[in-house]
Amino acid sequence: MAAVQGGLVDAVEEKDIKTEPSSDGIGNNNANDGGPLSASPSSSASAGSNKSSAGAPEDQQTLLAVLQFLKKNKLTESVDILRREAGLPEDSLDLKGGDSSGLLSCHHHLVLNAHLTETFSPTAAGEDQPDVNVVLSAYSQQGDPKLYPVYYSGLKRFIESVLDCHRAELSQVFYPLFVHMYLELVYNNYESEAKAFFEKYTGDQECYYEDDLRILSSLSKREHMRGNETLLDFRTSKFVLRISRDSYQLLKRHLQERQNNQIWNIIQEHLYIDIFDGMPRSKSQIDAMSGSLAGEGKREANKAKVYYGLLKEPEIELPLDDEDEEAENEEGKPKKKKPKKDSMGSKSKKQDPHAPSQTRIPLPELKDSDKLDKIMYMKEATKRIRLGPDNLPSICFYSFLNAYQGLTAVDFTDDSSLIAGGFADSTVRVWSVTPKKLRKVKSAADLNLIDKESDDVLERIMDEKTASESKILYGHSGPVYGISFSPDRNYLLSSSEDGTVRLWSLQTFTCLVGYKGHNYPVWDTHFSPHGYYFISGGHDRVARLWATDHYQPLRMFSGHLADITCTRFHPNSNYVATGSSDRTIRLWDVLNGNCVRIFTGHKGPIHALAFSPNGKFLASGATDGRVLLWDIGNGMMFGELKGHTDSIYSLRFSRDGEILASGSMDNTVRLWDALKAFDDLETDDFTAATGHVHLQDNSQELLLGTYVSKSTPVIHLHFTRRNLLLAAGSYNP
Amino acid sequence: MAEERRQKQCSVTLPTESMKAMAESVGVGQLQEESCAALSEEVSYRIKEIAQDALKFMHHGKRRKLTTSDLDNALKLKNVEPLYGFQSQDFIPFRFASGGGRELHFYEEKEVDLSDIINTPLPRVPLDVSLKAHWLSIEGVQPSIPENPPPAPKEQQKVESTEPLKIVKPGQEEESTIPGKSQGAITADGKGQYLKGLIRLKPRSTHELSVEQQLYYKEITEACVGSCEAKRAEALQSIATDPGLYQMLPRFSTFISEGVRVNVVQNNLALLIYLMRMVKALMDNPTLYLEKYLHELIPAVVTCIVSKQLCLRPDVDNHWALRDFAARLMAQSCKTFSTTTNNIQSPWLDEKTQWTTRYGCIAGLSELGPDVIKTLILPRLTIEGARIKAVMEGPVVSNIDKIGADHVQSLLLKHCASVIYRIDYGYLGPMLCSHVMKARTQAALQAQQVNRTTLTITQPRPTLTVSQSGLCGSVGQRTPSIIKVPSSLTLMSPRPGTPSQPSPPATKYIVMATSAGASSTQQVITLSSSQSASPVTSTVPSATSTLQPLVKLESGSGPGLTGSRPMQKYIVVSLPSSASSSLETKSSVLPTSISSNPLEAVMKLDRSESPGASTQSPH
Repeated sequence: MAAVQGGLVDAVEEKDIKTEPSSDGIGNNNANDGGPLSASPSSSASAGSNKSSAGAPEDQQTLLAVLQFLKKNKLTESVDILRREAGLPEDSLDLKGGDSSGLLSCHHHLVLNAHLTETFSPTAAGEDQPDVNVVLSAYSQQGDPKLYPVYYSGLKRFIESVLDCHRAELSQVFYPLFVHMYLELVYNNYESEAKAFFEKYTGDQECYYEDDLRILSSLSKREHMRGNETLLDFRTSKFVLRISRDSYQLLKRHLQERQNNQIWNIIQEHLYIDIFDGMPRSKSQIDAMSGSLAGEGKREANKAKVYYGLLKEPEIELPLDDEDEEAENEEGKPKKKKPKKDSMGSKSKKQDPHAPSQTRIPLPELKDSDKLDKIMYMKEATKRIRLGPDNLPSICFYSFLNAYQGLTAVDFTDDSSLIAGGFADSTVRVWSVTPKKLRKVKSAADLNLIDKESDDVLERIMDEKTASESKILYGHSGPVYGISFSPDRNYLLSSSEDGTVRLWSLQTFTCLVGYKGHNYPVWDTHFSPHGYYFISGGHDRVARLWATDHYQPLRMFSGHLADITCTRFHPNSNYVATGSSDRTIRLWDVLNGNCVRIFTGHKGPIHALAFSPNGKFLASGATDGRVLLWDIGNGMMFGELKGHTDSIYSLRFSRDGEILASGSMDNTVRLWDALKAFDDLETDDFTAATGHVHLQDNSQELLLGTYVSKSTPVIHLHFTRRNLLLAAGSYNP
Repeated sequence: MAEERRQKQCSVTLPTESMKAMAESVGVGQLQEESCAALSEEVSYRIKEIAQDALKFMHHGKRRKLTTSDLDNALKLKNVEPLYGFQSQDFIPFRFASGGGRELHFYEEKEVDLSDIINTPLPRVPLDVSLKAHWLSIEGVQPSIPENPPPAPKEQQKVESTEPLKIVKPGQEEESTIPGKSQGAITADGKGQYLKGLIRLKPRSTHELSVEQQLYYKEITEACVGSCEAKRAEALQSIATDPGLYQMLPRFSTFISEGVRVNVVQNNLALLIYLMRMVKALMDNPTLYLEKYLHELIPAVVTCIVSKQLCLRPDVDNHWALRDFAARLMAQSCKTFSTTTNNIQSPWLDEKTQWTTRYGCIAGLSELGPDVIKTLILPRLTIEGARIKAVMEGPVVSNIDKIGADHVQSLLLKHCASVIYRIDYGYLGPMLCSHVMKARTQAALQAQQVNRTTLTITQPRPTLTVSQSGLCGSVGQRTPSIIKVPSSLTLMSPRPGTPSQPSPPATKYIVMATSAGASSTQQVITLSSSQSASPVTSTVPSATSTLQPLVKLESGSGPGLTGSRPMQKYIVVSLPSSASSSLETKSSVLPTSISSNPLEAVMKLDRSESPGASTQSPH
C-alpha cells in the first residue's frame, strides 16, 4: 500500500508542476510537506484555491499577496519554496510594495487568507486584523446615507420600467446591490439609516435569500462585521450574475446618465457580470440557476473537460469464475456465462472516450479477496431485477428503534451485509444483517497458537466467543455525522463533531487511525469506490482527500464559501463532488485539485449527492426539498424533481441507473424515473449550446411512487446488488 | 407574508430590562441605560449567531428539534465554554411569573431531596438501540402492516368526512417552493387551479370488500358477539389496533346499530355489552376516524345509556355497569369529535323518568367532565335529593325503584363531591376531598380506640341563625370563619380572606377536630413552620409540630334555603393539640372554646339537615 501511495504523490507533484507551473503546486505542496505551515494549513490551502478562478495577471498578484502574508508571519521557508516554485524573482515583493493598484486588488485575495486564518486559528486573528480592516475600508467611500434609498429606489423604478424581457435579468442586480449598500451603511456607522434601508427593501428580495437576509439583519454594527463569516463571504467573493449584453447595456446607460456613481461603483467592485450574447433569459430560467451564496457559477468555471466515463473493469480469470459457478449450480452455467461475457466484452472492447486513462490516478491493486468479491458481484448482477416505471423496486426499511433522536448517519456495505450507524452519543454501531455474526480476530497471543498452514486459517483466526449481531465502536468525542464503509468491507470511516475522521477495522473492531486535520466538525466522509482514498469535508470549508495510510491529507479542495455538508466520490475515483451550505455543488479533480464544475441552483444547504452508475450524471438534494439533476459533461442542470416537503438526506440511483430514490425528513421515500429524465435531456440540444436551462415542470410525471414511513425520517438509501432498495432511519414516535 | 416576518426578524432584540436583570444577577447593581441598550444589541447579535450555528448541528443531526446539545456544540465552535447542566432531550419548561409590573421567565429548579432519590426505585434502564426491518413497499405497493402508516391517514379521513369538497390529491398542493412573480409562475398556478377544479368533484367511493376482508368481517363480528371470551378479546384487540380497517367501518357501524336496536327490544344485556365493547375498540383504533359514522353509533350508545329497560330482570342484573360503560363511551366520543353532537341532556328532566334512565343520564353527563357537572347536575341536586329522599324514606314503592334511587344517589355523590371541591378550592379541591375522606376513616378508627371525647360545638346554632337571617354584620368577627394556613399553602385561595369582610351569603361552618396524639400520623399536608404570618390575618401559626388541616367540604342543599344559593359548606379542620395554645393567643377568629379542646370531627351534624346532601360519600 505504501508503495502505491508514494507513487501517487510523486506522480501528482510532477504533473502539477508540468501542467500549471505557476501556482497549482503551492496548495498541494504545502499541504503535503507540512513544514512550517502546518500550524495554519488552511491559509496555504486558500492560497492554492484562488488560483483556479483567477486569471493569469491576477495570478501573479495573488502570489505576491501570499508571499507578503507568509513573510509577515515569518514563514520564511515557505516564502522561499513558493518563490522558487513560482519562478518569481527575489525582488518581486518589493516591487509590489510600490505598485498601489496591485495592492488594492491583492487585498481582495488577502481577505480570504485573513478570513480563513481568523476563523480557523484564533491565535492568528490579532495579526490579521489590519488586513481585514483594509478590506473593509473598501466600504468607506463616503456617500450621503440619506441618498442610499434614493439611489436604490431610482434603480428599482428604472428596472421596473424596462421591457419585460430585460426586467427579469436586471432584477438579479437587486439582491447583491441591496446587500452591499446595507453593508456600506453599517460600515459607516449609519445604524438607523441601515435599519431603515433594510426594512424598506428587504421585502423586494427573492425569498430564497431569506436565510442570508436573516443573518444580515442581525448585523447592525460595524464591530459585528469583523469575524462574521457571511459578511466576509460577500466581501471576498464577487457575486456572479449572468446578464445578456443588451440588458447590461441598458443598465450601464441608465447609470451613466443618472451619474449614479454609488451604484456603479458597487457593481464594478463587488459584482462579476458574466455577459453573454443572445436572448435575455426568462425569470424561470434565472430562478432555476440562482440561489447560491455568491450568485451563479461562471460559465468558464464549467468549461474544463471532465472524464466522467467509467474505468475499465479489470479482467478476471474465468477459471476461477467457472469453478465457483460449477460449485453453485451446474445446470445454470451455460446460460449465465454468455450474457456476462457480453457485458464484459462491451466494456473492454472500445475505450469510452470520456473515461480517464486507467492510470490517471494510481489505484490500489486488486487483491484476491477483491477479485472474489467482483465475481460475487457479477453473479449477483445477473440475478438483478430490471427496474422501470412498470417494475418498481421493493423497499426494505431498517428502522433504528430506541435511538432517541440520536441517529445521525447510516451506511450499508456494497453487498448489503453490514449496516453501520453513527450516533449523537459519539458511538458507531455496526450490525450484521445476514445470519453471519460479527466476530473479532483473536488476540495476538492466541493467534500464535494457530496453525498458519491450514486451509481455513482465515476462519481460525476469528474468535468465536466474540460473535454477536452488533458491535459498538467507541472513540469519538462528539456526534458522528458521517460514516462510510470501505468497498472491501474491512474498514469503516466515521467523521465526527470532534474534528477527526476515524478509520475502524472491521476485523478487530478497533480504531486504527484518527485523521486529524479538520479542526472543526467534519460533516461527511466517503470512501473511494476503489478503496484506499477517502474524502472528508466539514465546517472549515475545506474538503480533504486522504489515503488510508497517510496521516495527512493528499489534497485540500478549497473554494466553498460555507460548510461542506456532503462529499461523494465519482464512480471512477478521479473526481469528488462536494455539496455545501453555500448552496453550490463543486466537482473537484483528484489529480490536480482543481475545481472543474460549479453547480448552482439549490436554495438551501445541500445534504445529499449521488452519481449515476455510468458516471455521467449527478443528483443532489437539499434542505429546500428539491432534487436537481446535473449533466457532468456540460455542467448543466437538466432536471428538477419537486415533491418532497422537507430536507432531503439521501439519494441513490439503482444499480442500472433507471430509478432514482430519494429519502427525506418528511418521512417519505420517493422513486423517480431517472431514465426518462435523462432522455429528455438528450432530445434537447439547444440548451447545451446556449448554456441556458429551460426546465419543464414534469416532476409529477417523473415521480413513480411515494412511500410514507411511520414517523421515521429516511436518512439513508441503498440499492442492493439485485436492485432491492434498502432504506434506513430512526423511529421517532 | 414573508415581508412581515422579516421585518420582525430585523427588529428583535432583547429588552434592556433583561440586561439589567442579568447584571444584577452577577452583582452589577447600577447599569446605565445606554450600556444596557448597547449590551442588549450585542447580546442579541451573538445569540442569533449562535442560534444559526446551532441550526447547522440540528440539520446534520437529522432532527427537526433544536436541542440544548446543538447550542453547546455551536458554542464550542466559537471557542466558548458550553453551558453545563442544561442537558435535556425535550424542551426546557420555562415558568412564567409576573408581578410588580415585571414579567419574568425563569427556569424552575426544584429542590430535590436526596433521600427521596435514593429511596425511589431505579427507573427502568432505557432500551438499547436495535434494528428492525420491514417492507415499506413490495414491488411498488405498500403492504398494510402495522409498521407502515395506515393507507388513508386519520387526518385524511377527517378531512374527507368534515370537508368533503376540499379534497386535493396529496402532493398536488405544493406547487412550487419559489413563488415567482413572472408569467411562468402564473401559468403554473393556472394549471394547478385547473387540476384542483377537476378534483373538486368528490369521487364516488365504492365500498367493495375483498374476499379476505369479507372473511375477516365475518370472523370478527362472530367472535365479538359469540360465546368464547378469549376469541372476543382477540377480535376486539384486532379492531382496536389493525390499521387497515377503515374500509370496513361502514359495515361495523351498521352492525352495531342494528345489533343494539334488536337487542334492546329483546333485553339482551350481554349482547349489548359486547356491542358497546366493539364501539370502544373502534374508538380506540388510532387509525380510524369515526366522524362519518357517528350518526349510527351515537344513537346506539345513547340507547344503552338511557333506555328504560336493558335486561330481563332489572332488579338483579347489573345493567348499571353497561350504562356506566356506555356513558364513558359517550364522553369519549364527545371529547374526540368535539362538534355539536353532545346534546344529550334532554330526557331526564321529567318527573316521570324512570330511575334507570335517570341513572344513565347522570352517568353520561358526569363523564363529560366537571364543567358539565357544574352547569347541569349541581343545580338539580336539590330536586334530585328530594326525589331520592322520597323514595328512600317514603313508603315502600317497589324494590326496583329503591335500587334505582340508591344507585342514583351513590352516583351523584361520587361525581359531585370532587367537583364541588374543585369549584370551591380550585386545584387542591379533589385532593382535599380524598384526604378528608382518608382522615375521616382514620378519625373513625380513632374514635373507637381513643376515649371518645366528642364535643358539641359551642356556638353552631347561633351562627347559623344569624347568617341565615342575613345579619352578618352584627356577628362581627365570628362569622367569617375563614381559615388560613400559614405561608405557602393557601387552602382557600379563591376567596379573599379578610376577617373584617362580611361573610358571603353561603354560610360556612367550621368544624374543628383536634385529635390528641395520633393525629400526627396522618401527615397529609405538611406545612412549613414559618412564623411570618401572611398579611391576610387569621392565619394559624404553627408553633412546633406540624399541622394537618384536613379539610372536607360537604355540600348539599338545605331545604330551607333559597334556590339561588343552595349550598352550605362545612369545613373540617383538624389540628393537633399542641398548636392550640398558640391558636388561642393569636387567632381571634376561632372561638377559643373550640380550639382549646381536642375535637373530633362531628360530621353527622349535617345529616339531619338535608337528606339530599347527606354526603358521607361511601368511597
